[in-house]
Amino acid sequence: MLSQHLVILPLLIPMVTALLQLLPWGENPQRYRRALGMLSCTVLIVCATFLLTESASTPLVYALGSWQAPYGIVLVADGLSSLMVLLTAVLAFPVLWFACYGEDNLGSHFQALFQFQLLGIIGAFLTGDLFNLFVFFEVLLISSYALLMHGGGKLKLRATLHYVLLNLTGSAVFLISLGVLYGITGTLNMADLAIKIAALEGDNASIARAGGLLLLIVFALKAALLPLYFWLPQAYAMTTGTVAALFAIMTKVGIYAIIRVFTLLFGDDAGAAALLGYDWLWWLGLGTLAIGAIGVLGSRDLRLVISYLVVISVGTMLTVFSMNSERSISAVMYYMLHSTLITAALFLLVDVIAKQRGKTASRIIKGRRMAQHAALGIMFFIAAIAIIGMPPFSGFIGKLLILEAARTGAQVALLWPLVLGSTFLVMVALSRAGSRMFWHTFDGKPGDVTHPQSQLIPIGMLLAAIVGITVFADVINQFVERIAYDAMHPAAYIEAVLGGPHAK
Amino acid sequence: MEALYATTVGMLTACSIYLILRGRSFPIVIGITMLSYAVNLFLFSTGRLVMNELPIIGNQESYTDPLPQALVLTAIVIGFAMTAYSIILAVRVRGELGTDEVNEPNSSDAEGQR
Repeated sequence: MLSQHLVILPLLIPMVTALLQLLPWGENPQRYRRALGMLSCTVLIVCATFLLTESASTPLVYALGSWQAPYGIVLVADGLSSLMVLLTAVLAFPVLWFACYGEDNLGSHFQALFQFQLLGIIGAFLTGDLFNLFVFFEVLLISSYALLMHGGGKLKLRATLHYVLLNLTGSAVFLISLGVLYGITGTLNMADLAIKIAALEGDNASIARAGGLLLLIVFALKAALLPLYFWLPQAYAMTTGTVAALFAIMTKVGIYAIIRVFTLLFGDDAGAAALLGYDWLWWLGLGTLAIGAIGVLGSRDLRLVISYLVVISVGTMLTVFSMNSERSISAVMYYMLHSTLITAALFLLVDVIAKQRGKTASRIIKGRRMAQHAALGIMFFIAAIAIIGMPPFSGFIGKLLILEAARTGAQVALLWPLVLGSTFLVMVALSRAGSRMFWHTFDGKPGDVTHPQSQLIPIGMLLAAIVGITVFADVINQFVERIAYDAMHPAAYIEAVLGGPHAK
Repeated sequence: MEALYATTVGMLTACSIYLILRGRSFPIVIGITMLSYAVNLFLFSTGRLVMNELPIIGNQESYTDPLPQALVLTAIVIGFAMTAYSIILAVRVRGELGTDEVNEPNSSDAEGQR
């Protein structure tokens, strides 16, 4: 009974939790809301783990209201979706734990918004319908608008205004592209679209290509690809540490959407629309990588440095994805796990550092010693090594897989120098930041702000997860290789959704 | 009818793009609202334009596609909520920062402020 509805559980859990959290809970509502939130995140991890093991061999399809695809709306959990859901759950748990030490009191209904945000993200991963993807994008965006403003302040206002206006325009473009694809194919189910698009010829194929490129623009805006990344550094740097850490998964939603749609709908077998936009992704990805590296070096604030690290990781992943091989997609998937967790850990860590330094906050200048100097220093050191991509942590393995994925001469000639060069610049920037903040401190007594030990545990957990994906790199790699195989051979996905073999 | 319809959608989109590219928040919000009108009309037309037909299969030979109507309804609801939010946000920005410029006036490097 339960396993039959396993696919929809990761959506129901955060939704029900958020609704419960909105109830008036007596005198000390925050206590109940926190307990509910933590419970929800724990159950979510368990649920996502089950989903991952269940969907490992064949995709699970859940027809909402038993309306069969392509007429009804379906949720589909294949390896790729389930892995992303698990990643979201694993990220949400420590971030929410960290937020429960007072940060959720800065504005009203942080807890409920957090759960709605999870609902939107997980929904975007699980849906098998393009219009539903739009709806879940909106759910995710509406909560993210409110979360970005969490805590208030003038600096946040402007960054949020940019974010909101850009994304509203993005939503309009998304609807136009959906209209174009529906007008040509008469369906919005992704598996059905894959078959219909592959069969298009002539003018109709050109229109479908136009619709596909519009979709690419929308996803690139979410993922923060080169001409559309300008909102990201400001928004992530201005908001609170918890929200920024949760948003570590937001750009990955865009990347997931690109991987899903552009392998399934516009992959190798898509007839006249095959390999649509891959060349754009290659060049823009390389550009994003370069811009991100320059941004990292030029930032005078550690939060901005980390925001630009997000931009670099987006550029890296999309460039590698555009090489369109099983090897490259599996490298992207491994790197995605690594970069989401480590970015979140760094955002939380910088939040702690900024609070303990007092006036100088996260600016990279000489400041007071921090009260928990040694503990924070060690954690920053580990996190920095991991994100730079030096051995022994997962960043090294991730970059190794990425470099290995480049096969032809032209790919190697462009990708290797940019990836290695950006790695070098990140190393320079982070060692500069670390030495200024931890070694060149003023003499005299350290700052008096301390964080409870238990608030540092979530950061430790995220770092432990990094160590985990390093130690189990082989197992994870085998799993993502299977995901990559499925992505490159979408016949199994289409068959699972529509039932019966379909010629493609 | 198709030509008139397409021209309307095109004009609305062109005007909205002009407004969205302005530097102040109010014209941008108006532009986004207008763009959502254009998008709704466009979505409605994706089921092809037909006159005096029911969205029911079986009763008569030709029928109109009901799905775009459902899509448009969803899009209208979401667009309405979003417009309301962006107006409130624009008013807050105007109130707290004292200007409705979307970018900081007289500052080419806002990042340096931090």
